Amino acid sequence: MSSLSRWAQALLPKLVVSPTLLAMLVFVYGFIAFTAYISFTESRMLPNFEWAGLARYEQLFDNDRWWQSARNLGIFGTLFIGVSMGLGLLLAIFLDQKIRIEGGLRAIFLYPMALSFIVTGTAWKWLLNPSLGLEKLMHDWGWASFTFDWLVNSDMSIYCVVIAGVWQSVGFTMALCLAGLRGVDSEMIKAAQIDGANQATIYRRIILPCMTPVFFSVALMLSHIAIKSFDLVMALTSGGPGTSSDVPAIFMYQFTFTRGQLGVGAAASMMMLMTVAAIAVPLMYAQTKSTSST
Amino acid sequence: MKLSRFALYLFLCVAAIYTLIPLYVMLSTSLKTADELRLGNLLSIPMQPSLEAWGKAWSSGCTGVRCDGLKPFFWNSLIVTIPAVLISTMLGALNGYVFTQWKFKGSEFLFTALLIGCFIPFQVVLLPMARVLGMVGLASSVWGLIFVHVVYGMAFTTLFFRNYYVSIPADLIKAARVDGAGFWTIFWRILMPISLPIFMVCIIWQFTQIWNDFLFGVVFSGADSQPITVALNNLVNTSTGVKEYNVDMAAALIAAAPTLLVYMLAGKYFVRGLTAGAVKG
Repeated sequence: MSSLSRWAQALLPKLVVSPTLLAMLVFVYGFIAFTAYISFTESRMLPNFEWAGLARYEQLFDNDRWWQSARNLGIFGTLFIGVSMGLGLLLAIFLDQKIRIEGGLRAIFLYPMALSFIVTGTAWKWLLNPSLGLEKLMHDWGWASFTFDWLVNSDMSIYCVVIAGVWQSVGFTMALCLAGLRGVDSEMIKAAQIDGANQATIYRRIILPCMTPVFFSVALMLSHIAIKSFDLVMALTSGGPGTSSDVPAIFMYQFTFTRGQLGVGAAASMMMLMTVAAIAVPLMYAQTKSTSST
Repeated sequence: MKLSRFALYLFLCVAAIYTLIPLYVMLSTSLKTADELRLGNLLSIPMQPSLEAWGKAWSSGCTGVRCDGLKPFFWNSLIVTIPAVLISTMLGALNGYVFTQWKFKGSEFLFTALLIGCFIPFQVVLLPMARVLGMVGLASSVWGLIFVHVVYGMAFTTLFFRNYYVSIPADLIKAARVDGAGFWTIFWRILMPISLPIFMVCIIWQFTQIWNDFLFGVVFSGADSQPITVALNNLVNTSTGVKEYNVDMAAALIAAAPTLLVYMLAGKYFVRGLTAGAVKG
C-alpha cells in the first residue's frame, strides 16, 4: 500500500463521522448558544442582537402564565412519573408470576406506545368529553347524578393530561421493569427462599434494591417525556380552558411563534433546557453509581 | 393460594381491558353514523356499521381552511418519513461502525457529546432552525422536515448501532484488517450481514418517532407540507357546525394505522428499540 492510500485509509473513518459531528456542532450546540444569546437580547418579533441582560428572564418571571405552566408541569410531571412507575412496576411484578398469557398481555399493555400523542389526545378528548363521553355512559347505566367535567374545569384540566399520559406510558415502564426483574440474579432469590424468606420480603429486600438502576433510567425517560410534553396537551386541551393546562412547551411555542416575543420564548426554552439538565445530570450520576455498586 | 392467583389474573385482565378501551371506543365510534352517535354511548356497539366517517376523514374532512381530508397529509407524512428514516439509519450505522471499530483520539468524547443531542428539549433549537431553514429556502417544505428529522435523529440511530457493534469481537475485525480488508470491505462484508436485527430495531424506532412527531411538523411545515399529526389536530379543532366525533375517531385511526401496523407485525423489534433506547439513555 502506498503511503498516500494508507493516509487516506486512516482519514476515512474521521471523514465518515464528520458530517454527523459537524451537524451536531452547528444544530445542537451552535443552536443552543444562539437561543441562549437571543434570550439576553431585545428580540421581539424579529431577532434583535442588542444586549438586554436579564430583562427577558425578568419578564418571564413576572409572567403569571409562565408560573402557571411551570406549576402545571410540576403537577403533571410528579403524577405522571409517580403513577406510571407505580403501576408499571406492579404490572411487571404481576406479569412475572408465571402468567400463562404473558405475551398477549404484554402486547396489549404496550400498544399505546406506538401511537402518537396527538392520537392519544384525540381519543381521550372524546372519552372525557363532559357531556357525551364518560358522563353519558354513566347516565345510561343509571348513575344519573354522575358528573365528570374535568376537561372543561380549569382546576382539573391538567389531571386529564395525567390520565391520558399515564395510559400511554404505563406499558413502557412495565416493559422496562419486567426486563429489570428478569435480570435479577436468581441464585440470590433461591438462597433467600431456602433461608425461609417469604415472597414479599424477597421483593422488598432483594429484588427491588437490585432494580435501582432500572428505576433511575425509567425516571429519567419519563421526566424527559414530561418536560417535552407538548403534543399531548395540544391535542387534549390546547392548554385550556383558558390557560389552565398550559405547560412550558406550549408557553414557549406561543410566545415564539404566535405572539412575536422571541426573547421571552428563548428564555422559556432555556429554562426548559436547564430543568432537563438539573434532573438528568443527578439522575445519570446516581444511575452510574448504583450500577457500579451492584 | 388459589384465591390470590385468581385476584392476580383479575387485576391483569382489568388492566388490559382498561388499556384496550380507548382503541375500542375509537373504532366503534368511527363506525357509527351521526344519528347513532347521538343515541348511543361510548361503549355501545354500532348497530349499522358504516364507513361514512372513514370516507369523510380520508377525503373530505376540513383541516382548517382546506376540506380534502387527511389524504394529502398522509402522503406528506410518508414522503417525509421514508427518506428521513433511511438516511438517519444509514448514517447511524456508519457512525456506530466508526465509534466502535475505528476509534480515534477523542472519539469517545465526541460520541458522548453526540449523545447529549438525544436529551435536549427540542424547544431550544426551534427558533434558530426556523431561521436557518428560511435562509436556505427550505422553510415550509417537506425537504426541510426531512432534514430536521435526519439531524435530530442521528444521535439515537448512532447510539443503537454503537451499542450493537460494540459487542463484535475485536479480533474478528483485526484479523480482517491483517488480511488487507479496508474500511468499506469490513463494513459491507462483515458487519452488514449480521446487522439485520439492529436495522429492524432502528428503522422501526425512527419510523415511529418521525411518523408520530408533532412539534417539528407544526413549527417547520407549511399549509401544503403538513404531516398527518398536524392535520389530525387541525381536523379535530376545526369548528364548523356540529362536532363530528365519528370523523375525528376515524381520522385518529388513520393517523395511527401505520405505526399500529408496524407494532403488530414487528412488535418484538419495537420493544427492543424502546428498551435499548432507555437502558443506555
